Amino acid sequence: MQPKDLTPRDQRIDDALDTSGVRHRATFKQEWPLLLLLIFVWGALWQDFSIGNLLFGAILSIIIVNLFPLPPVVLPGRINLWYCLKLFIWFIGQVFAASVHVAWIAVVRGKKARSALIAVPLRTESDLIVMTVGHVLTLIPGSFVVDVDRSSSTLYLHYLDVNSDAEVEKARANIRDIERRLIMAIGSPDEYEAIKAEEGPDFSTRRPSK
Amino acid sequence: MDFFLEIVVAVLLVAGSLMSLIAGIGLITFPDLLSRMHAATKPQVLGFLLLFAGLAIHLRSWILVPVLVLAWGLQLLTAPVSAHMIGRAGYRTKHVAKETLHVDELKRVISTHSEATGNTGAVTRIEGTKADETENS
Amino acid sequence: MIETAVWIGGVMLALASIACLWRVFKGPSILDRVLALDVILLIISSALCLDMAINRHTDYLLFVVVACTLGFIGSVTVSRFVSDQRNA
Repeated sequence: MQPKDLTPRDQRIDDALDTSGVRHRATFKQEWPLLLLLIFVWGALWQDFSIGNLLFGAILSIIIVNLFPLPPVVLPGRINLWYCLKLFIWFIGQVFAASVHVAWIAVVRGKKARSALIAVPLRTESDLIVMTVGHVLTLIPGSFVVDVDRSSSTLYLHYLDVNSDAEVEKARANIRDIERRLIMAIGSPDEYEAIKAEEGPDFSTRRPSK
Repeated sequence: MDFFLEIVVAVLLVAGSLMSLIAGIGLITFPDLLSRMHAATKPQVLGFLLLFAGLAIHLRSWILVPVLVLAWGLQLLTAPVSAHMIGRAGYRTKHVAKETLHVDELKRVISTHSEATGNTGAVTRIEGTKADETENS
Repeated sequence: MIETAVWIGGVMLALASIACLWRVFKGPSILDRVLALDVILLIISSALCLDMAINRHTDYLLFVVVACTLGFIGSVTVSRFVSDQRNA
């Protein structure tokens, strides 16, 4: 099957409709991050980052990638390292907050803890960003993903410690804030411009609404 | 300096173990499966970060850092996926205690979608859920 | 100093694994048990980290890496089994 030249959104709908069972093969351009990761794993496991070892790791990773092909990941083609760093530092802080939050609810609320299943429609059209938002929000306070609707980029979350409708809205705003940060870091140029237009000129310094 | 580093290591090791204790307490006290999922995933990720940091500082060796980064990265990648899989299976097999939920928008979506047939992306999921409901009633 | 920290940490890990074992015993569903066993696996990895710290060796490092993947594969397998069983 010829690789189709599709925009991310068309690609996603195409994948969702495709029941023929034919796999799309990823091109080298889409696959090099995976190869780098596998080489890093090889070096880390041997605790040896010499050139020869890494070359052997590269050969092994190429064999593995060709033996067990994965569906292609559509890369957005834009990365902003400064926002990535900011995102990472914010993420580590949120991981700390998450543990304190869970401990607080486990000890103080205990059996009375109430929660909610909420739907959050995302603005992005990229599978990669939907997946990353899901990962990040599972590791930060309050939420984890129960179900995903791929065709409309909607995440269905379980949100801990929700007692009123106002808190549901607050939770939704938090998730869309994660999405904003991720698009700023690795979103495609179109989505980045859309976020910039939506948030106004001082968007990078804006704090999430509490 | 060494004494100072030793204090840091001790604090990191104790804090890392405390995270496991938090997960244990959460597993006991939370009322339903989906809430327990929070206790099982979140504290452990931080706990390993602290333990690995303590270990790397204590053994004072740089060659350990890639392995520890790899172990923690695997933890970051796999913990959300397994939580999602367990949560999804739990929701579909009705292990969710409805009385602890404030709102349930997923159920609302599933019931409205079962009448309309337009959305191909969600059809398989809805059919599965419908089969579950008829089986239970 | 480190000895004291490892003792305190060990007691915490023991309490945590007792809590998890109680959840494994109590249930109520197979998913709760899998979740608790997953946490027990991670507690064992933490205990290995403490052991490596006090005895100053790195023998168990790869087990810690493998344990992360094993717990993942185990819980995904069981949850797929559970949902398939109900849908069939």
